[in-house]
Amino acid sequence: MMTPMVRAEGVVKRFGSNEVLKGITLTVNRGDVMCLVGPSGSGKSTFLRCINHLEVVNAGRLYVDETLVGYREKGDKLYELHPRDAAAQRRDIGMVFQRFNLFPHMTALENVIEAPTLVKKTPKADAVARGKELLDRVGLSDRMNHYPAHLSGGQQQRVAIARALAMDPKLMLFDEPTSALDPELVGEVLDVMKALAKSGMTMIVVTHEMGFAREVGDSLVFMDEGVVVESGDPRAVLAKPTHERTKAFLSKVL
Amino acid sequence: MTQNPERRGSAGMPDSVAPDFVSIRAVKLRHPWRWVIGVVLLLLVALVIIDAAQREAFDWPSVGKYMFDRRVSLAALTTLELTVSSMVIGIVLGIVLAVMRLSPNPILKSISWFYLWIFRGTPVYVQLVFWGLIAVIYNTIDIGIPFQQPWISWETKAALSTFALAIIGLALNEAAYMAEIVRAGLLAVDAGQDEAARALGMTWFQSMRRVIIPQSMRVIIPPTGNEVISMLKTTSLVTAVPFTLDLYTRTRDIAAETFNPIPLLIVASVWYLFFTSILMIGQFFLEKRFARGVGELGRIKIPSSRFAGTAAVSPSLADPDSGDKR
Repeated sequence: MMTPMVRAEGVVKRFGSNEVLKGITLTVNRGDVMCLVGPSGSGKSTFLRCINHLEVVNAGRLYVDETLVGYREKGDKLYELHPRDAAAQRRDIGMVFQRFNLFPHMTALENVIEAPTLVKKTPKADAVARGKELLDRVGLSDRMNHYPAHLSGGQQQRVAIARALAMDPKLMLFDEPTSALDPELVGEVLDVMKALAKSGMTMIVVTHEMGFAREVGDSLVFMDEGVVVESGDPRAVLAKPTHERTKAFLSKVL
Repeated sequence: MTQNPERRGSAGMPDSVAPDFVSIRAVKLRHPWRWVIGVVLLLLVALVIIDAAQREAFDWPSVGKYMFDRRVSLAALTTLELTVSSMVIGIVLGIVLAVMRLSPNPILKSISWFYLWIFRGTPVYVQLVFWGLIAVIYNTIDIGIPFQQPWISWETKAALSTFALAIIGLALNEAAYMAEIVRAGLLAVDAGQDEAARALGMTWFQSMRRVIIPQSMRVIIPPTGNEVISMLKTTSLVTAVPFTLDLYTRTRDIAAETFNPIPLLIVASVWYLFFTSILMIGQFFLEKRFARGVGELGRIKIPSSRFAGTAAVSPSLADPDSGDKR
């Protein structure tokens, strides 16, 4: 049997006295696309950031590819990871942000080849070849030498996806990737994500795009106030939500 | 009407919204008072110049004589050396202090804060006098285990020249100001940048070097340029150490021999202005270098039609190399 890509067991995250995640338990299988939906403040983004160790989990266990995230387990004790090892863990996990977060002082191509050459020590020529290929894949082969300020939001987000893919991640996290975009630019980013899902990438997508969830999602998780309220096949959940809170939320966004 | 009625019809537009656009040719509004004020001011400036050229106290022949006097040009060079050395040390120490101030370690934070409190809270002139008296306070410089016989020991007076003390005094004072400038620059970079860098697997140092610092330079350079210019002029205070070979002190000493201070003040001012002008040119090019990727939107023509369709590639676009390759 194949091991899951992500396994969360009772994950709790607190900011001071504010408990944002109250015991999240879920699994994401290899090659699956999981869509995380829910009202703002429900902890979706925080959970995503925990997977990438941008936030430290306070309780429970979080495994990516059967490796514990953020800690080293020895006997029954947990040890905090050295920043260097945490950085190494993040290498295999790609992340795409709501606000793109491209490096504004680098061109699109420079953005894409930066991490491979700096972190993985990929030879420059190889990184450039791969970067060009990735930018071509997201439809931006004619925008390689443009700075982010000269690109539309949709184009910036596609560069951001190419930048994450350049590290050859085994898992891609999307944190509301289309929420900061003008409506007419959402489609081009979703198209790239759909193609990526088809290629077999394991993806966790925090989104409000229910059409995307229905079309490419293998599972849908509805979160509210730090707990998983309901989960299952996206088409089933969206068509027939069983929980009141899910019904109330979906009636607002659909 | 020059427009083709057939085309208008096919566009489905009523005749009334297709006017002929003739460029406006209005009579220009006159601004007589602008001219009057301009002419008056020009006359005044001319008067001041003519007067200054003839005024004996300025003693222009002496100005010309001392401008390239060997003692003066050597002093100008010394002032430049003082400026460059103390700025370099000040910037490096300032970066260290800024990073300490932003560190999560409370002790590093407090030490940095205390340093700034002392060095920004006292006049640089007073600090320079203190450095001049350092040999009185600490007779020797020792290296070894504290409270034991030192391994090596120097006599302070012999080890540190007044020139070195002047640089130390200026640099340590400057570091306090540079620390605040660097800190502001680092804080000005969006937190998402560091997050994106770390999500790509970069370490703190890699993110700092490749992502954060290059972006903060845009914020750091303009005030640092100010600091360099300010430092050039602050070097005139090193007479407090006392160090006497800088531009101002040297010209003042020459004036004391000739009993003619005014032309030498002009000589010193012209030299300071000359260096300041060069520094301003340098700053202009540095700022241009670190403005990559921001502003300059006008450099690339972006047709609005490029958003039509999804990931479609429009062949009509200018070639991508027309971007910011400089």
